[in-house]
Amino acid sequence: MKFLRNQLDSVKHNFEKGGKWEKYFFAYEAFETFLFSPNTTTDAKGAQIRDAIDLKRLMMTVIIAMIPCLIFGMWNVGYQHFLATGQSGSFMDAFLIGLTKTVPIIIVSYGVGLGIEFVFATIRRHPVNEGFLVTGMLIPLVMPPDIPLWQVAVATAFAVVIGKEAFGGTGMNVVNIALTARAFLYFAYPSQISGEVWTLLGDGVKPVAGYSGATPLAVAAASTGNVVNDFGAFGSGWADGIYSLKSMFLGTIPGCIGETSTLMCLIGAFILIFTGVGSWKIIVSVFAGAWGMGLFMNAVGSTPFTQLPAHYHLVMGGLAFGAVFMATDPVTAAQTETGKWIYGLLVGVFTVLIRVFNPAYPEGIMLAILLMNVFAPLIDYFVVSANKNRRLQRATV
Amino acid sequence: MGKFIRLKKGFTINLAGKAAPKVGDSASTDTVAIKPDDFHGVYIPKVVVKEGDTVKAGSPLFHDKKLERIQFTSPVSGEVVRITRGEKRKLTEVVILADKSTEYQPFRKYTVSEIANLPAEEIKNQMLDSGVWANLVQRPFGVLADPSVTPKAIHISAFDTSPLGPEYSILFKGQDHFFQAGIDILKKLTNGLVHVNIHTASDLSTVFSQVKGAEINKFSGPHPSGCVGVQIHHIDPINKGDVVWTINPFGVIQIGKLFLNGVYDASKIVAVTGSEVKNPQYVKTVTGASIKSLTANNVAGENVRYISGNPLTGSNVGKEGHLGFHDLQVTVLPEGNEYEFVGWIMPGANKLSVQRAWGLFSFLTPGKEFKLNTNTHGEPRALVQTGVWEQLVPMDLLPGHLIKSILAEDIDEMEALGIYEVIEEDLALCEFADVSKHNVQGILREGLELIRLS
Repeated sequence: MKFLRNQLDSVKHNFEKGGKWEKYFFAYEAFETFLFSPNTTTDAKGAQIRDAIDLKRLMMTVIIAMIPCLIFGMWNVGYQHFLATGQSGSFMDAFLIGLTKTVPIIIVSYGVGLGIEFVFATIRRHPVNEGFLVTGMLIPLVMPPDIPLWQVAVATAFAVVIGKEAFGGTGMNVVNIALTARAFLYFAYPSQISGEVWTLLGDGVKPVAGYSGATPLAVAAASTGNVVNDFGAFGSGWADGIYSLKSMFLGTIPGCIGETSTLMCLIGAFILIFTGVGSWKIIVSVFAGAWGMGLFMNAVGSTPFTQLPAHYHLVMGGLAFGAVFMATDPVTAAQTETGKWIYGLLVGVFTVLIRVFNPAYPEGIMLAILLMNVFAPLIDYFVVSANKNRRLQRATV
Repeated sequence: MGKFIRLKKGFTINLAGKAAPKVGDSASTDTVAIKPDDFHGVYIPKVVVKEGDTVKAGSPLFHDKKLERIQFTSPVSGEVVRITRGEKRKLTEVVILADKSTEYQPFRKYTVSEIANLPAEEIKNQMLDSGVWANLVQRPFGVLADPSVTPKAIHISAFDTSPLGPEYSILFKGQDHFFQAGIDILKKLTNGLVHVNIHTASDLSTVFSQVKGAEINKFSGPHPSGCVGVQIHHIDPINKGDVVWTINPFGVIQIGKLFLNGVYDASKIVAVTGSEVKNPQYVKTVTGASIKSLTANNVAGENVRYISGNPLTGSNVGKEGHLGFHDLQVTVLPEGNEYEFVGWIMPGANKLSVQRAWGLFSFLTPGKEFKLNTNTHGEPRALVQTGVWEQLVPMDLLPGHLIKSILAEDIDEMEALGIYEVIEEDLALCEFADVSKHNVQGILREGLELIRLS
């Protein structure tokens, strides 16, 4: 500790004003504050004491909430691989397969994203904000396991530069950065991120007889009869009951690395809500919106997908992951308390709408959140206007 | 009948070093100082004494060039030993070496029945000349009260919820009739009501609850329920164009003493608090007393900060400094000028947080008294509205949007979002809890000054 501190102190003067690497001060500051909480004290006037929380700790809490999803996701990558190829293996075998696939994606995501953050911080002379700690973990969790690493790099770069830095950096971005990365891939390389890409097969490995990589959402969209019966029939012979309600809830289904398990997302939601870091209003209202819309579809719809029982919508696809980790992003969500309810409800409603009525892209949560990110300021505008009007009316009484 | 208002939002910061409920010997004060910076709205202070002059308690020291009628007077009798000026020759303090026994400048005495028939103009003149006027704070903006206006109402917060805040029943024990006289005087200065706001749970001293001629409003809830701005919002909110005055109970009692005894009596009891104080307790002293006289031989450790006021809104005045004009509390806290290895991730039960984020376990021990230092626990970062501010301000007001409108210097927006209803202390908790370590109180003051001076 002492040694590290001395090393940092011995080079610090080079980065301070007038030093030879002055322009890299914020890069140095990022490393220094990562290793040591700073020794700065409060100003002479104003609050003399400060809360122990900072942006780093806040972001760390979100990362911890994602760990259950990450670990489960790694195992599930291997588990799905074994199912599809007809092999069998222990828990650890499955986990190791997932680990070797996932870790490179995480490294690429963090490497590219933080690299860009440092470059921008240096050019623009602002501190390196910790927002990317969460984004860098979210991006791998919403990727298919066999995504080419260069695509991860390109998507991350696009999301950080266009999605965030172009708007002024952390705290200023309009849309969720991890979802921007995902959306970029979807529109730029649709063949690699839609269709039957969600199961890791491996090079030259033949899947078992009868194998299909269709996700529950694809099955539901293609259904001509009863969707629930189709779910039951799916996978017979090689993975019986893979799309039962239970396995969809547990997450033992093909999908993005980290988003399949509703259970793990709920554990994450518990951590976020308990710590107060994530807004419970948004999480609850997304689920409520999706469920309510599902019920509405049941009542008025005529296609097989509309007749899917509403609770299936809550465990399929990425709804839970999106509701817990993406929609709650404090920067891009609605910022007023009333606005959060409206925002969340509409995310849920649009998710189901897009799922059921959009044949091209069965998963709706990504587009629903991006859409509502754009509308969040409008929602806030009305809530804030209401606050202003209350004040105005009071004045005239 | 007054109102009963139950507030839920907020957060009470429970710190170690609360003052024991006893009043210590009067610390013999050597120097006292009056600082123009303790009053917002002072334009250019004009000093009327020279170094070496002798003054009595109640003799004028300086006045403002714009609000000439308001005299700032000496709290003690003695010799003017130092007139300190800062940048651009701006007056920063007038220091007086106090005599052993105080000699008072005589002002006119009144009986209780005379007070009842006093015209407002005569009251104002006596208050302005003697120096007690400086106790009045005008909202919006939290500035010195302008004697030429008549406020909509006068509000008095009779309890303090801020961290380590003094217990008013000890501070003002036995001052009932002075407080009553002060209320009778204040009533003449407004067309509206005089509100005395008390806490439901506090040890109800009769000083406040038995007072006649004022509205008694009851409040409950965590800090900042004791902040008068929050109380005004719930009793009779400030709208655009309204002017209200606030004053602390010490000021009311000082007014009462001026009219009943004919003296400017600046003696007060203050709480000496904080985790670095060996025997935190109450001490008899005067307005503007030196920190040294209040804390002599009672501070453990060297690396400490001397704060005039409470830890949320006070000022670091240093060991050689003086008590602020309005302050009823001195706090001594450890300085936090140390690095902590990976401190941002280390779990700890001794770190206080409004939130329960990773590693912050303060919520497990709700009754615990925390020993906090002055470390910022993080670096300034981009403003992220996490929603925590909204949980700390018990008003129908959006602090996040208000602060953003100030940063954007959008005056219309600030007005619409209610900037007239708040001053620094009302949003001090937001500054404490901000994850991106913004100087919220400073930003708010900039916004207020922007409007006031435009």
